[in-house]
Amino acid sequence: MFEKVWEAHEVVPETPDTPAVLYIDLHLIHEVTSPQAFSLLRERGLPVRRPDLTFATMDHSTPTRTEQIFGGAPIALESAAKQIRELEKNCREFGIELLDLRHDQRGIVHIIGPELGLTQPGKTIVCGDSHTSTHGAFGALAFGIGTTEVGHVFATQCLLQRKPRTLAVNVANRLRPGVTAKDLILAIIGKIGVAGGTGHVIEYRGEAVRALDMDGRMTICNMSIEAGARAGMIAPDETTFAYLAATPRAPKGGAWEAALERWKQLPSDPGARFDREVDIDAATLEPMITYGTNPGMVVPITGSIPDRRDDPMFAKALEYMGFEPGAPIKDRPIDVVFVGSCTNARLSDLRAAAQVLRGRRIARGVQMLVVPGSQQVKRQAEAEGLHRIFIEAGAEWRESGCSMCIGMNGDTVERGRYSLSTSNRNFEGRQGAGARTLLASPLTAAASAVRGRITDPRELLDA
Amino acid sequence: MEPIRIIRSRTVVLPVDNIDTDQIIPARFLRTTTKEGLGRQLFADWRYDAQGQPNPDFVLNRPEAQGCAILVAGRNFGCGSSREHAPWALVDYGLRAVISTEFADIFRNNALKNGLLPVTVDEATSAWLLANPGVELTIDLERTTLALPNGTEVRFPIEAFARYCLLNGIDELGFLLGRKTEIEAYERRRSAA
Repeated sequence: MFEKVWEAHEVVPETPDTPAVLYIDLHLIHEVTSPQAFSLLRERGLPVRRPDLTFATMDHSTPTRTEQIFGGAPIALESAAKQIRELEKNCREFGIELLDLRHDQRGIVHIIGPELGLTQPGKTIVCGDSHTSTHGAFGALAFGIGTTEVGHVFATQCLLQRKPRTLAVNVANRLRPGVTAKDLILAIIGKIGVAGGTGHVIEYRGEAVRALDMDGRMTICNMSIEAGARAGMIAPDETTFAYLAATPRAPKGGAWEAALERWKQLPSDPGARFDREVDIDAATLEPMITYGTNPGMVVPITGSIPDRRDDPMFAKALEYMGFEPGAPIKDRPIDVVFVGSCTNARLSDLRAAAQVLRGRRIARGVQMLVVPGSQQVKRQAEAEGLHRIFIEAGAEWRESGCSMCIGMNGDTVERGRYSLSTSNRNFEGRQGAGARTLLASPLTAAASAVRGRITDPRELLDA
Repeated sequence: MEPIRIIRSRTVVLPVDNIDTDQIIPARFLRTTTKEGLGRQLFADWRYDAQGQPNPDFVLNRPEAQGCAILVAGRNFGCGSSREHAPWALVDYGLRAVISTEFADIFRNNALKNGLLPVTVDEATSAWLLANPGVELTIDLERTTLALPNGTEVRFPIEAFARYCLLNGIDELGFLLGRKTEIEAYERRRSAA
């Protein structure tokens, strides 16, 4: 599948001396990694070659408090407000469509691309953001780029790229109840390591992957980068087509039929060869949770923190987390719960969290933030009454954005506090200087919020 | 961009694996619209304490680290976020090369576009460099060699086109703009299909 998409986008194939010139079908931009690329265009006197293939939103440094977006209150951080104004100005000047702060389709770039139907099978998609791998869930080749490369795509709609290797991750059998796509990808990263996918495009295959809905597939592909992979892909199928048929910007009428014909040719041929293959059995997995300072430091929730005292890196990570080797991970107290991010802030994620919280309250002393991935997810959740479940449970219900995943907008975790987060990175200081992050699924996050301690969600789902 | 041929410097050593770009420059310093001055925030959460004072134990704050242009780090340097602010901060601080056994893909691409040389070495060379901070090294990009103090030369891999651009101080955008004819032909083919 990867080879088919790659070859269809080669403007000039690679040689030993030069990388391939690869054509880009969709360029997504946001306020944080684009300003310096626009400056490059100005310095060189260049236009954006294909504004019609370029699409902008704002998500990273945007406020999530309603009054700062709709209520007339100023954006608390002036530096964030400046980035937002700069993106508005740049999009006006270069003729790029922007979903601005008050737009009813705004949201996290990797949530709205699929939601609007801009993300489609077989496309090449880039964005100045490593979690661009999310879009691979539709059988697109999608990867994160730096700001200089954002400038290259602006100016030429192309990138210079060496062809990556391929890695098949074959997931046999089905996930058990209470075990989700998030647990599966954490288990995969735990197995292959945070550099296990470096230089590769991963294709996720097998029964458990086929059984996932698009939201779950996006969660899987989203975290491909946490295994170091260039991209993650899942072959498009009826699930993909049904999702896209309901989106506003997917092809319509005759164009839809033609697209469908093309998309059905994309899946890897039987007997396709990969540079590497990894097998995993979904039926053996439990809810997973990280205990360290990278997403590969992960254990089943019923397990214990490993004991590798002689490894100084391991000791450093545990010291940062304030954990003892060999101790069970379950029942450790937590301070903050974050349900959000491009990994787990789609409607099904909010439904999962609400399923646990319905009729319950979060533990005293725990702060819980629920930040929908887009304004559309927010409206859908409100139409189902999910927001009332969250608010009655004692959680805060916010406007969409990256929020506490990266803490750029001021939604941060205090030094030394424990945050159970549905996001994608537990790096030191990721959610705020000195903050300690544990990554898990929305089910685990909600269950742990109720008890104020790390909780196996199956205990509350059975109750 | 300045051409790079030889980098000669003492090393500063950070013996940590999986140094992610959030450590290289934390996200709160990304609320900027320029590239300038990011060196001050390089490794900010390791380099400064909670009150913003320099942490005397951190290697970049020690007198012997001043003026070093080569950073030796543990495995898988630059993983995580795609932020180009990471190489901008490293270069602004004064570093010209990073040596590791492995680099994350996006970081490597970003580094090469900013005149920061990612030098990949084998485990044994890396272990020796990590255990011997402050040694004087010579990196020769023309010959793609790293010369150790005892005279031993270690070859390092680098993508041919990136090497050509760095040696000649040219950027890749000029090359891409020069492919205009091919790009237009591709767009015509696509819209006809």
